Amino acid sequence: MSALHELTLSDAATLLRQRQISSVELTRAFLERIEALDGRIRAFTLVTADLALQQAQEADQRLQRGEQVTPLTGIPLAIKDVICTKDIPTTCSSRMLEHFRPPFNATVMERLQAAGAVMLGKTNMDEFAMGSSTEHSAFFPTHNPWDLERTPGGSSGGSAAAVAAGMAPGALGSDTGGSIRQPAALCNVVGLKPTYGRVSRFGLVAFASSLDQIGPFARTARDAALLLQAIAGPDPRDSTCSATPVPDYTAELTGEIRGLRIGVPVEYWEAPGMDPGVARVGQEAVNRLRELGAEIREVSLPHTRYGVAAYYIIAPAEASANLARYDGVKYGYSYRDTSDMWEALDKTRQYGFGPEVKRRIMLGTYVLSAGYYDAYYKQAQKVRALIAQDFERAFEQCDVLVSPASPTVAFKLGEKLSDPYQMYLNDVFTIPANLAGICGISIPSGFSEGLPVGLQILGNAFAEATILRVADAFQRVTDYHTQRPAL
Amino acid sequence: MAVPAHTEVATEFEIVIGLEVHAQLTTRSKMFCSCSTDYANAAPNTHVCPVCMGMPGVLPVINRQAVAYTIMTALALNCSIPEYSKFDRKNYPYPDLMKGYQISQYDLPLSRNGYLLIEHDGQVRRIGITRVHLEEDTAKLLHRDGYSLVDVNRAGTPLIEIVSEPDMRSPEEARLYMQKLREILVYLGVSSGRMEEGSLRCDANISVRPRGQQTLGVKTEIKNMNSFKALQQALEYEAHRQIEVLRAGGTIQQETRGWDESRGVTVPQRSKEYAHDYRYFPEPDLPPLVISRAWVEELRARLPELPDARRLRYQRDYGLSAQDADILTEEKALGDYFDQVMALSSQVQDRQARARAASNWLLSEVVRLLHAHDIAPAACPLKPEALVNLLDLLDRQRITGKQAKEVLDEAFVSGELPETIVVRKGIQPPITDPQALERIIVEVIEANPKIVADYRSGKTNAAQYLVGQIMKRTRGQAKADLVQQLLRAKLDEAPTA
Repeated sequence: MSALHELTLSDAATLLRQRQISSVELTRAFLERIEALDGRIRAFTLVTADLALQQAQEADQRLQRGEQVTPLTGIPLAIKDVICTKDIPTTCSSRMLEHFRPPFNATVMERLQAAGAVMLGKTNMDEFAMGSSTEHSAFFPTHNPWDLERTPGGSSGGSAAAVAAGMAPGALGSDTGGSIRQPAALCNVVGLKPTYGRVSRFGLVAFASSLDQIGPFARTARDAALLLQAIAGPDPRDSTCSATPVPDYTAELTGEIRGLRIGVPVEYWEAPGMDPGVARVGQEAVNRLRELGAEIREVSLPHTRYGVAAYYIIAPAEASANLARYDGVKYGYSYRDTSDMWEALDKTRQYGFGPEVKRRIMLGTYVLSAGYYDAYYKQAQKVRALIAQDFERAFEQCDVLVSPASPTVAFKLGEKLSDPYQMYLNDVFTIPANLAGICGISIPSGFSEGLPVGLQILGNAFAEATILRVADAFQRVTDYHTQRPAL
Repeated sequence: MAVPAHTEVATEFEIVIGLEVHAQLTTRSKMFCSCSTDYANAAPNTHVCPVCMGMPGVLPVINRQAVAYTIMTALALNCSIPEYSKFDRKNYPYPDLMKGYQISQYDLPLSRNGYLLIEHDGQVRRIGITRVHLEEDTAKLLHRDGYSLVDVNRAGTPLIEIVSEPDMRSPEEARLYMQKLREILVYLGVSSGRMEEGSLRCDANISVRPRGQQTLGVKTEIKNMNSFKALQQALEYEAHRQIEVLRAGGTIQQETRGWDESRGVTVPQRSKEYAHDYRYFPEPDLPPLVISRAWVEELRARLPELPDARRLRYQRDYGLSAQDADILTEEKALGDYFDQVMALSSQVQDRQARARAASNWLLSEVVRLLHAHDIAPAACPLKPEALVNLLDLLDRQRITGKQAKEVLDEAFVSGELPETIVVRKGIQPPITDPQALERIIVEVIEANPKIVADYRSGKTNAAQYLVGQIMKRTRGQAKADLVQQLLRAKLDEAPTA
């Protein structure tokens, strides 16, 4: 048996069910791994070791009794710190919520707990999920396990890095414009952004409500399928959550993709800023899918080039309202050194928010202002509709679309920090899926200059089973996902 | 100083008024969470949850009943209900707003284009309703000892906003409109209609213009009017103020003014927001509402009888006076009571006579007792069955009117049926046989020759003494009117030699 922290989630689940290992042993192995490595990687904002061991003991009792055993029973997981965990700090990596303990659990946390999963801790992120490098965390940047000088991507960089470094077999993140898929790509793990409405957003601290989705990180498509299975499905507390039935995702992992129509969107592959090494790895991945019997077709998504612009209007607009509640009155950071109400409000937000959050609040406030609404927000909504239409047409001809998940490999810490626009362009391939509300997954597909390259597979709304099947088929014939960073 | 000078106003200037009315809906739970709305006597911040407190990560879920109530109100106000509606975020920072935005409706409200008819000086006036939309109430701020305290109990209570067209032409019309609107909301059961408690609130836009001018004058918005009287007085003051400014060659400032009830003036209010750019945009946490025609028709079918229909029915079917029909309609509980009395009187042949009797007894005696005991009509301890029983006893001439009042007083307190009281007290049936009465009358006349002589010499008041004597002999069981009639006939006969 390989070291416990090397196990995939599925293998660990099998061993747990066979009682060859206990959840406490497994959990302890990951806690030790965190202890050993996280000083260098800094994936976690909080490690809940005592709670994890307690949950592991409970899981072991369940496994022992053989009652209510699910594939996640006894499995330790890392949770992005944007997901509300009852009585446990949920900071969004922001000074504003540094000491905030929600009085309730997110729906996904309730579901994970019901399944018997174990929480290892909360992971670092760009503040309020705004960023693509985890450098906008108010606490510290997270380092990419493949090169500690580089970023793990973001905003769910902590979760991606934790899984990549073997500090957790799986994790949850959130994806508003690529915040799961891009860090998954940069860290050589699997990251899935479900269809908008597939997973409840209740308890996900909102960044951009019409774009946010919670999704899993794991090492394999099969593991991601197990995690998605546990968290997907309707929720009466989220009106935007869909009633569409949740299929049995692992049952769809047949390894068979012969005859599947895979679209290659030309606009993605020919995008300016595409790293040639990334394009080459991506092309090889496409060839591999062709060898598996898939039919490769070129398709056009003509409005792709407007995606980033539309996104950086819609997301900040929604964020400007979503973040208005942080006024220092009810919870979170509060500036107290004044008796003037308005000054207290201004200073609370001045000191509580970091520069990227403020930048987006200002952007969002501006584009919604009287006289600018039509030129920006309304126009962006039209672009959004056109992008959704692009995908509708593409999915008439194809079952899935593939492209690199990110135009570059992991960049150096600090490299793009002074140029927000360059940072924003890193999400050029991931943003359109959020605007259209469709699902997407990034899987390890090779290396360029020794750094991981992720392949993005996009599927139509509620076609998670299809993209998981493609991802699983690819992983059956490749070993990129089994490669580990030297740590 | 308040100047009630709207009579001179009427000649030279035209007043233009539109109202924005907010009514809290009487749903059991709040607009977007399951917290109870029954917080009237609750300690502060006890009817709250993460959703209505605007915690990070929470999401709103629409209260279906609130949407139903809004549509019912809109239907009662003759509005059209579009198939497609949505909620929007109205952004402004203030500590009474938990999320920093209010979930409201901007460009696609639940309803539009209605009207309300009011009667003024014998004329029917049609007041346009621009829209009825649904939103959430804010928390309550309490300012004391230099601190501002927040009570979140009210936050998230469903609130409808009813916006009228600028169709009212006098403060009195505005009051009549508001009264009529309140009546309808109470009839629908969607609002408690309590202005003094703030569950029904009203802001007014008012401007004046020289008579005959087509364009509207510059308006002011008047707030803080907590009663119908305050509404009319504030608008009378404001109309006069504006006219004085214009007469003096000045211009009206577009501004928000508050009604200062104690001083009887409107005063400029400091704006509570920095600026009036609410940056509305569609609420992404709530999918658009698709209102099926079937549901609208179901709600239309569920609409109760509305005040105008009731008023008309009382006059047409029961022959009640306009005034009585008005009183029974204005106080819905009284009208409901009256309707129950009539429903329980199904065996009575003369419906109109029964209706008039029921209305008379209700509006005089029962209302008197309610006032005396300080009880609201809706909580009347005298059951409609009891009043029906009393009216039946009267119809059968089992008791006299005077006895009936005494029986009613007792029944109101004890809850007994009037006939039970009649039996318990051993009240004998009145003597209604004219021959039996005549015998007693003759006896009394013969026993009181001096009084009879007085009467016959023109002191007609002397008859009252005789009536008293007769009633005494019959132990109060003669019907007073019959006694009067027979006695006078006897006295007016030629004296027997």
